Amino acid sequence: MLRKEDARFIRGRGQFVDDVQLPGMLHAAVLRSPYAHARILSVDASAAESHPKVRAVITGDLLAERGLAWMPTLSHDVAAVLATDKVRYQGQEVAFVVAENRYAARDALALIDVEYEPLPPVIDARRALDPGAPLVRDEIDGRADNRVFDWESGDAAATDAAFAAAEHVSALDLLYPRVHPAPLETCGTVASVDRVSGKLTVWGTTQAPHAHRTLYSTIAGIPEHKIRIVAPDIGGGFGNKVGMYPGYLCAVVGSRLTGAPVKWTEDRSENLMSTSFARDYHMSGEIAATKDGRILGLRVRVLADHGAFNGTAQPSKFPAGFFHIFTGSYDVPAAHCQVTGVYTNKAPGGVAYACSFRVTEASYLVERLVDVLAHDLGLDPAEVRRRNLLRPEQFPYRCATGWEYDSGDYPRTLELALDLAGYNELRREQAQRRHEHAETGNGTLMGVGISFFTEAVGAGPRKLMDIAGLGMADGAELRVHPTGSAVLRLSCMSQGQGHETTFAQIVAEELGIPPDEVEVVQGDTDRTPFGLGTYGSRSTPVSGAAAVLAARKVRERARLVAAAVLEVAANDLVWEKGRFHVRGDPAACVTMREIALAAHSDLDLPDGVEGHLDATCVYNPPNLTFPCGAYVCVVDVDPGTGQVKVRRFVAVDDCGVRINPMIVEGQVHGGLADGIGMALMELMAFDRDGNHLGASFMDYLLPTSMECPSWELGETVTPSPHHPIGAKGVGESATVGSPAAVVNAVLDAIGVRHADMPLTPAQVWRAMQGTPLRTDLAIGERS
Amino acid sequence: MAQVRVTVDGVQYADDVEPRTLLVHYLRERLGKTGTLVGCDTSNCGACTVHLNGQSVKSCSVLAVQADGAEVTTIEGIARDGKLHPVQEAFNECHALQCGFCTPGMIMQSIDLLGDNPDPNEREVREGIEGNLCRCTGYQNIVRAVQSAAEKMKPGVQADVQSPVSVAGGGD
Repeated sequence: MLRKEDARFIRGRGQFVDDVQLPGMLHAAVLRSPYAHARILSVDASAAESHPKVRAVITGDLLAERGLAWMPTLSHDVAAVLATDKVRYQGQEVAFVVAENRYAARDALALIDVEYEPLPPVIDARRALDPGAPLVRDEIDGRADNRVFDWESGDAAATDAAFAAAEHVSALDLLYPRVHPAPLETCGTVASVDRVSGKLTVWGTTQAPHAHRTLYSTIAGIPEHKIRIVAPDIGGGFGNKVGMYPGYLCAVVGSRLTGAPVKWTEDRSENLMSTSFARDYHMSGEIAATKDGRILGLRVRVLADHGAFNGTAQPSKFPAGFFHIFTGSYDVPAAHCQVTGVYTNKAPGGVAYACSFRVTEASYLVERLVDVLAHDLGLDPAEVRRRNLLRPEQFPYRCATGWEYDSGDYPRTLELALDLAGYNELRREQAQRRHEHAETGNGTLMGVGISFFTEAVGAGPRKLMDIAGLGMADGAELRVHPTGSAVLRLSCMSQGQGHETTFAQIVAEELGIPPDEVEVVQGDTDRTPFGLGTYGSRSTPVSGAAAVLAARKVRERARLVAAAVLEVAANDLVWEKGRFHVRGDPAACVTMREIALAAHSDLDLPDGVEGHLDATCVYNPPNLTFPCGAYVCVVDVDPGTGQVKVRRFVAVDDCGVRINPMIVEGQVHGGLADGIGMALMELMAFDRDGNHLGASFMDYLLPTSMECPSWELGETVTPSPHHPIGAKGVGESATVGSPAAVVNAVLDAIGVRHADMPLTPAQVWRAMQGTPLRTDLAIGERS
Repeated sequence: MAQVRVTVDGVQYADDVEPRTLLVHYLRERLGKTGTLVGCDTSNCGACTVHLNGQSVKSCSVLAVQADGAEVTTIEGIARDGKLHPVQEAFNECHALQCGFCTPGMIMQSIDLLGDNPDPNEREVREGIEGNLCRCTGYQNIVRAVQSAAEKMKPGVQADVQSPVSVAGGGD
């Protein structure tokens, strides 16, 4: 089915936040810190306040008077809304100007005089815990160092024993560099406080509108029923639009101060410098194995750079997200990980960019380690995977760190990908090319990279998972109108993933109503049921299940109404899609449309049957869903320049039942492009002073149509046994699975054991000389 | 203040604007043409692509006063008599959009591309849209859509479809 939402977007009639125009609306701009770390000695806004078009200037002191200078984060920390004592990263918010138009607001920023006293910054996460390292968070009483948390998972003793007994151990240090989700639409808001009713209406780029309403209420002290959040069309989220940003709260304060609606739209450099980054995991991994490549254990230490405030958006009890799914797709008897988070003078974030709560990092780690194991043992990487993949009969499978994988047929998925790629032929071609290259010194180097990943999506069971104290269940409300069309209201929030279409398909399948006659409502907290929103590929696993179950409740009500219409017992009725008929008499039937009208009519219904056709459901998932995939990447590397060309990319995904195959494939295409971006191009590096070196699209390079090949997709279908329609999430799979395939391919081409992302021409060339760089610091330090 | 007289999607406007006003802001904020979007601040992304006298430009990199006397066509001006432009149709049919934010600029660029090259091969399409970033689709379905639109627009395929060049120049 083609997408319903396309109709407006192809005509330029979508409505994004910056398209919102309200009478008397003012515009805001943010003054940001030029320093990574500096004490604020004074802020003089008088000249800006005198600007004829400026209506208000908000400073940290003004917020402090109202108790709003700091806000709680989603990770039990606090973050500065506007800096008061000092700035802790370049680009941090210092003042907020509200003016009559966006040009005047920007003009006025230059009139604000801030006196800074620069302080030595903490930039290299590996130096953050050194004795005498500058303290990022000296405002916290009793804090003596930059440690955010220590967290571990798995059985340390069993893992140590496995390593002690192993025939072979491969070890590898690797960096998953700091990158950024960079949705094409930046973050923004329009806040409007009605001084008469006291009601606050916020149009915002939020992936979790209901959670935002609760947070606004908690932070700003406005009762929740006096707050309406409207997430209109969102121009991509990718995890960037989950949390609260200072600009949102300042716009609310600005609207309160001026009595007018206030719009704030950040520009691209602000988005890259100050909103949620992704990754920044420094990982030391070890893999223990037999000489023939059977994995016996995995041991991992992680240093996680969280920036200046711990603002990671993830379930509260999981400070490193779901990183402990790092045993991946393999039957690993013993595993242990230890993660230490540190503060540095960088923007907060960490969980974003289709990471499924750190599954990107986990998957990259294990897929690199398995390749290094193959490299060290002289084995084919496909064969090493074959020897260790979980077998179908092992599901449900409890891994060494406790996750219970729901289902999978990994060998079948892998073999399909290898067949589609023509793996054996590729290896023959590679050998031929290597031979030619050795003979003549000419030609490109060819590499083949494999990644087999297991995802963990659909957070999650509420007794285990909450965000800011809110359990991760999601609601759905379904109402069938008297004439048979329907409206489905959801707590999730699409940012392009096609919910308006796929959720209509879910209801259509369950009730036999044409999908075009099912309106899907999302994003408006006054019109939708409570729930936690869209991220972590959780819409299909959680809201999808809620929609199915709400539809089935409606169907059972419809059965009672049909029984009254046909004057038979309800259990004598048989459902066939779109109608009930009397058992043994298909001609005695009544359609959903007829039932809908009857349910609203003067039909005499049995006692206890309410009439009308509606139902609600709150779905508390029993487990996550665990989609998987096998990816094969083929690259050509120019040995003279280090330039990488992705020649082919084969992706076989198994997300269980596919609601709309066209949309699934589009999700995969987009995620594969992310993988090429991260593996080859994208990087937020910093210099010694903490200057951000990836703060615009001139420096932060995203793949264009030229870097991406035509994707070659395949599928296997292994339904989730616990999901009402067997569907698993899939949105983030390709972003999780693809970077390792690209990196494995490039390193395979140049015959190098490891080099960190991004594999730019310079980095590839250096790796070929045996001197790959650490990519996160622009100070020339070797890997 | 400077005066700008400009025809946008077939309607004439005369406005006083600050000389520094970017064309994209003039279109969005003065004329309410919010179909044209802003995705960056360095002229890289192409979300703001419109046609200026029939040629695609990034309207974030053009001053409104530079459009004085010109004809501008935006995504809102390419459907005719309620009928979608073949490129618009093809984007829907090929699932060439997800969040929809790059889509207006991508469609405008694609129309310009097909004006220059009515029958592009895959590589030519990719080169033709390389100034337009998309974060959702991985480009492949966009390439398919442009080639599908090219098929639709071949002479004799559909008598009522206008050539892209004439559409680019004005718009009812």
